[in-house]
Amino acid sequence: MSDPVQTATKRQKRGVPEGLWLKCPGCQATVFRKTAEERLNVCPECDHHFYVSAKERILQVLDEGTFEEWDANLRPADPLEFSDKRPYVEKLKSEQKRTGLNDAAVTGTGMIRARRVAFGVTDSAFFMGSMGSVVGERLTRLVEQATARQLPLIIISGSGGGARMHEGILSLMQMAKVSAALARFSETGGLYISVLTNPTMGGVAASFASLGDVVFAEPRALVGFAGPRTIKATLKIELPKGFQTSEFLLEHGFIDRIVTREKLKSEIARTIDYCGK
Amino acid sequence: MEVPGPGFEFEEPIYELQCKLHEYEEQPEKTPEVEDAIRRTRREIADLTEQIYANLSPWQTVQVARHKNRPHTVDYVSLAFDEFVELHGDKHFGDDSAIRTGFAKLDQHKVMVVGHEKGRTYKEKSACFFGCAHPEGYRKAMGKMRMAAKFGLPIVCLIDTPGAYPGIGAEERGQAQVIAENMYEMSRLGTPIICIVIGEGGSGGALGIGVGDRVAILQNSYYSVISPEGCAGIIWKSHEFASKAADALRFTSSHLKELGIVDDVISEPLGGAHRDPHRMASSVKMYLMKTLNELRSSPIDDLLQQRYDKFRRMGVFLEDTAELDVAE
Repeated sequence: MSDPVQTATKRQKRGVPEGLWLKCPGCQATVFRKTAEERLNVCPECDHHFYVSAKERILQVLDEGTFEEWDANLRPADPLEFSDKRPYVEKLKSEQKRTGLNDAAVTGTGMIRARRVAFGVTDSAFFMGSMGSVVGERLTRLVEQATARQLPLIIISGSGGGARMHEGILSLMQMAKVSAALARFSETGGLYISVLTNPTMGGVAASFASLGDVVFAEPRALVGFAGPRTIKATLKIELPKGFQTSEFLLEHGFIDRIVTREKLKSEIARTIDYCGK
Repeated sequence: MEVPGPGFEFEEPIYELQCKLHEYEEQPEKTPEVEDAIRRTRREIADLTEQIYANLSPWQTVQVARHKNRPHTVDYVSLAFDEFVELHGDKHFGDDSAIRTGFAKLDQHKVMVVGHEKGRTYKEKSACFFGCAHPEGYRKAMGKMRMAAKFGLPIVCLIDTPGAYPGIGAEERGQAQVIAENMYEMSRLGTPIICIVIGEGGSGGALGIGVGDRVAILQNSYYSVISPEGCAGIIWKSHEFASKAADALRFTSSHLKELGIVDDVISEPLGGAHRDPHRMASSVKMYLMKTLNELRSSPIDDLLQQRYDKFRRMGVFLEDTAELDVAE
C-alpha cells in the first residue's frame, strides 16, 4: 500500500499546465504558479479555485501526518467487459498510472484541528471523478465506519461524471447504496458535512453530495443534476449566466454556505463543535 | 379490416404473414384448402413471433420498451387494480403529471401506487414531458409514500421514464436534491415497497422511485445508468451508434437478473406487452399479490434490514487480501 500523501507530489496536476506560470480560467490573468500554490491553488487575482487532487486535499484539510487510509486495497473490476474505442480495463490502467490512484475515491480517518473525523474525497481527475463500484463501496464502508466509531463524517466531492457509464447499472445502484448507509448514519445522530467542489454533477450530486446535514460549496463550482450541454441541447436556448454555480445553488436554497478553500478547515472544525457530541 | 403495420423493422416478416392470413380470411368461399391455410398461417405467425421475441437484441428491446402501445402506469392502474383514487400535488410547488400517485385496491390489499406516466396523446405527452419528472414529481412521490408508511399501506412503484427532466426549472428546484432524498428516505421507510420497471428505467429518474424490498422488471423493459443514445453520444459523438451502446451497457432484464440488480423478471405475453395489455396487467397483478403476501408476513424490522442488505451487496470490485497474496 502506498502512502497517498507521498505520491501527491509526484502526480501531474490536471487543469493546471506545467511550468512556472499558469493561466487562470477565471480572470484570464497569467499568474505565478508558486503564488497560487501558496494560496492552496487559488488564483491571487480573482480567487478562482483551481483543481486540487485528492491527495493534496488531504494535506490541505487534515492535520499534518494524521491521515490513515482505509480500504486502499479495493480495485475496480470490469463486470460488463465494457469496450468502446478502448477497453475499460485499459483505460483504467492509464488513469491509475496518470493519477497514482486505484479509483476516484480516497477514504480514511484523520484529525481536523485535533478533532477525529471519517474523511472521504473524490478526485475529479480519475475518470472525471465518476462513481463506479469502488467509489460506492469505499464511501459506504466509510459511512459504516463513521457510524460504528461515532465519528463526524466529511466527504469532499468533485465529479464531472456522476455515475460511471462503464460499469453500467452497477454504478447507478451505488447511489442507492451510499444513500442508504447515510440514512442509517443519520439515525444514530451522526454529523455529515458535505463539501461540493468544481464540478459536482449527475449521480454524485443526486446522492451523497446532496445529503449532508451541512452542505458547503467552494465558490463558483459547477453543481447540478443534468449537464449544461444536455440542457442546452434539450431546450435549445442559451443558459442564464451563473446557472448551476455554487452561488446559484445558494440563492435557490440548496447549500448552507459558500466557503473559500482557505477557510474550509476552520469552517469544518467550527461546525463539528456546534453539532458534535 | 386493415392489418396494422409492423411496429418495428424486425417485425416485418410477422407483418407479411399477417397480410397473407388476412387474404385467406377475406376469401368468400372457405374451401377445406383455405381453412387449412388459415390454420397453418396462424401457427406460423405464433411460431415466428415467439422466435423473434425470444432473440431480441438489446436495441430492439429498447424499441419494444418504448412502443407507443406499451401499457403505461394509467393502464395498469385501470387494468390490474380494482380502484384508484388519485392524489395530486407536492404541497410545495405544483402537481407534476409525469408521476401519478394515489390509493389503490388490489383484491384485499390497500396500497399506495406511485408511477411514472408518459402520456398517450400528444397533449398528454407534452403535459408530462414524455414521462420526465421534475423535482415536484419526486417530492409528490415522497410525500405520498411517507403518508402510506404512516397508515401502514404497502407501496407499489411503477417505473417508466427516459430520465429525470433536464431543464432550468428542474435545476432551480433541486433535481439532484430530491432524487438523493428519495433514495435516502425510501431505504428506511417502514412499509413494504415493491418496484416494477414496466418500460424504461432511465437512470437517476428511475432510481428516484426505485428503492424497495423487491425490484422486478418486465421481460422487455430495460434499466440503465444512461440512455443508449446518451452513451453513444459520449463515446461515438453520434446517436446513430445507440445500438452498439445498447449492447455494451448490459441493461436488459436477463443481464439485470444476472448482475443481481432485479429480484424477478415478469414474462410478457407473446410478442410483447403492447400486444396484450390485459394479459400483461394480470401477470403484474399476480406478481404483486404474491409478493405483497410474502412481504406482509415479515416483521418490518426484518424487511428494513433485508432492504439495506440487498442494495449493500450491489457492486463488483476486486479486493486484495493478505490471504489472496499468499495464494498467489
